[in-house]
Amino acid sequence: MESPPLLEMRGIAKRFGDVRANDGVDLTLEYGEILGLLGENGAGKTTLMNILFGVYAADAGRIAIDGRAVRIQSSADALAHGVGMVHQHFHLVPPLTVLENLMVGQSGRGLRLDRSFALTRMYEIERRFCLQLPPDARAADLTIGEQQRLEIMKALIRGARILILDEPTASLTPQEVEGLFTALRMMAARRMGVIFISHKLHEILAVTTRVVIMQQGRVAAAVLNDDTVSKKRLAELMTGHEITPPVKASTAPGRVRLRIENLETRGGARPSLKGIRLEVRGGEILGIAGVSGNGQAELADVIAGVLPPSGGTLEINGKAVSRFTPREVQALEAGRIPEDRMGTGLITGLPLRSCMVLPRIREPRFSRWGFLNHRAIGRFADQQIRSFGIKAAGNQVRTGTLSGGNLQKALLARELAWEPTLLLAAQPTRGLDVAAARFVHQRFLDLRGRDGAIVLISEDLEEVFALSDRIAVMFEGRIMDVLDIGDATVAQVGLLMAGVGEAA
Amino acid sequence: MNGIRLEPRAQCPWWLNLLLPLAAVGAALVLCSGLVVLAGADVLGAYSKLFLSSLSTAFNRVETVVKAAPLVFTGLAVAVAFRAKFWNIGAEGQLLAGAMAAAFIGGRAGLPAWSLVPLMILGGALAGAAFALVPAVLKTRCKVDDVVTTLLLNFVVFYGMMALLDGPWKDPLSGYPDSPDIRAEAEFPILLRATRLHLGVPLAGLAAAGVWLLLRHTTLGFEIDAVGENPNAARYAGIRIATVTLLTAAVSGALAGLAGVGEVAGIHFQVMAGLSPGYGYTGIVIAMLARLNPIGVLPAAVFFAVIITGAEAMSRATGVPVFLADVIQGLALITMLAALMLTQYRIRRDRAAHE
Repeated sequence: MESPPLLEMRGIAKRFGDVRANDGVDLTLEYGEILGLLGENGAGKTTLMNILFGVYAADAGRIAIDGRAVRIQSSADALAHGVGMVHQHFHLVPPLTVLENLMVGQSGRGLRLDRSFALTRMYEIERRFCLQLPPDARAADLTIGEQQRLEIMKALIRGARILILDEPTASLTPQEVEGLFTALRMMAARRMGVIFISHKLHEILAVTTRVVIMQQGRVAAAVLNDDTVSKKRLAELMTGHEITPPVKASTAPGRVRLRIENLETRGGARPSLKGIRLEVRGGEILGIAGVSGNGQAELADVIAGVLPPSGGTLEINGKAVSRFTPREVQALEAGRIPEDRMGTGLITGLPLRSCMVLPRIREPRFSRWGFLNHRAIGRFADQQIRSFGIKAAGNQVRTGTLSGGNLQKALLARELAWEPTLLLAAQPTRGLDVAAARFVHQRFLDLRGRDGAIVLISEDLEEVFALSDRIAVMFEGRIMDVLDIGDATVAQVGLLMAGVGEAA
Repeated sequence: MNGIRLEPRAQCPWWLNLLLPLAAVGAALVLCSGLVVLAGADVLGAYSKLFLSSLSTAFNRVETVVKAAPLVFTGLAVAVAFRAKFWNIGAEGQLLAGAMAAAFIGGRAGLPAWSLVPLMILGGALAGAAFALVPAVLKTRCKVDDVVTTLLLNFVVFYGMMALLDGPWKDPLSGYPDSPDIRAEAEFPILLRATRLHLGVPLAGLAAAGVWLLLRHTTLGFEIDAVGENPNAARYAGIRIATVTLLTAAVSGALAGLAGVGEVAGIHFQVMAGLSPGYGYTGIVIAMLARLNPIGVLPAAVFFAVIITGAEAMSRATGVPVFLADVIQGLALITMLAALMLTQYRIRRDRAAHE
């Protein structure tokens, strides 16, 4: 008789209003399997995992673990059944130590916390899965990679046998990604199951044993990860058509669009910038690589005109920025795709049309004598929705109802509509599926071809290498080095990201 | 065991905007019925008195509309401020400031008669705006919490007013702490004979239209919504948050001040302790029930005017204390705040993934 799989989900269905987020999904996870879960934005991966982890209740369908039917109504239920999840955003208590974070939510003996017991468990997990962490370090002092390790340990100490990882590699250095993969393989060796959600196809290929591809709320395909599978094949299965990588035409460097000399900030709680020196010309994409939290966000804020530097100069299109207001920078033809789309880019509570004209509302084409020209605003929004293929039910919908990929398209449409000559883009394709990312990249290359300059801040090295003409690596508020794309290697950039090497 | 859980809602259907305030008021009335029973009255009888007495005769209907005028102003004042997330709990104090300015100007013997009404309107609006700007400046400059400052300023204004009325500003002919009457030329004209329907009532309607225009059709209104929804994104987009907050506060305070002007120039012709039975606070309930929509403020204000005027008739007829009206107001705010959650989430009964 065939033994039951570790996890079996049958006929899972979930509707949100008119949208069938999950439409009869079947998914099995064998013992010792690392399952890759692939799909475009809105394909239903996250909904499915949220059902498994007890965040949503399914409308229909059943879940069995070890062949026994289970009911999962909350995350506590999920953990009790051995399902653990590591979200993209961590849920740690920053002032507590590593060990204390592991003990949060664990029952001690009566009111007393059992430190030595927790420590024993922690060391056991460290030994089994090669996950080292100093037990007395404060969670706030850990790097992103270490925080993730702590999240994984939290799931393991609660007895997880099925571990869900949602885009786990978004903020890791290449070396940290390798470490994570080693731990996952050791889990699989101990007959645990791992579900790995990612948009990075090369990582899916590197670590998984089987790949399930979702499309429009259904399982579209499932393939064993063997020699016959390639990135190209996965992308085709995911989108239903072939994806060609963008072609980078050669351009001659144009005039200087951005010049930064000896830029310094004193940021209080934020990392400070030290002696930043950069020059970007038209027809050029400068990639800025680095683990997040090493000053990239601050550099972006200075260029956006919201963080006045404490020293140094910033010139955009030959004019020195003096007052450091967003309006001044906008007037110098600088556009901005912020990392935090919903936080500093778009306003989710406003209608889409309002978001499309947000920074330009005072321009005469949209308002006169303080009165809005609703017709012009609507026309402009419709035009952008059409030309960028934004999926939205009209220009009046609340912006927050758009999917991540469409939000990013909206932002891109808004910023590119003004033909900026300098574009500052931070993590422009984070969380986007292959087709949407491809679209964004093509727009960047188009702008580059029109003598525009782009500063591309990204943690996705594949993206940085595919688009950049030069790569600057940031570490602890400094530029470690600027490499020409022809000479740069991933290993070299990875080391610079970790602070190994000379600061330029 | 079937549980109940909340799930995020993608979009709030339009009918919910109409249904929620009605449901909130209904829930408040149901909750209050216990108090009616405790007072020894029949619930339906008391409620029918409460609602129908103020609508029974033509005179009562006009009185109700007159009562609604200050509520429209304070409701608008709160709605505008809350749109920008400037938590103006101080409409009561701003109303009194506007009333004092109006009474002061209306009592000046040296001013030409024709200038009195326009000057009172202007002065009352400015006084209200000034008292809203103090917390707004503290908020934008020093990050002082606006809920606390606007609320506490109410007491500063009220007791400051009482100090004046019991001292230098006391009417020598009156035994009470009242200000002298304003000049006859300063009184708002009566628009309907044998009623108290004064100029302030159409002004309140005009103000609602004006606020609608401001919020819907001007760049300032656009920026108020942007700042209210996400100040950080607004700042990155080049909107000056401090400027927008200060302008919003000024408009809000001016509207509340106009409520005070209407009460002095149209009803009482002087300033005294009982000038406002909490119109500023009722404005908060009205604004919330109207979901911060200036046109929605009109029916919400009329509704509370009905309850406030009806409460006395109910009390006389059934012995239920008039304070029931205040309890209904308070409960309606709480039920509405609870109901607002439904605009973001839907309630689902759990019939989860299992056999």
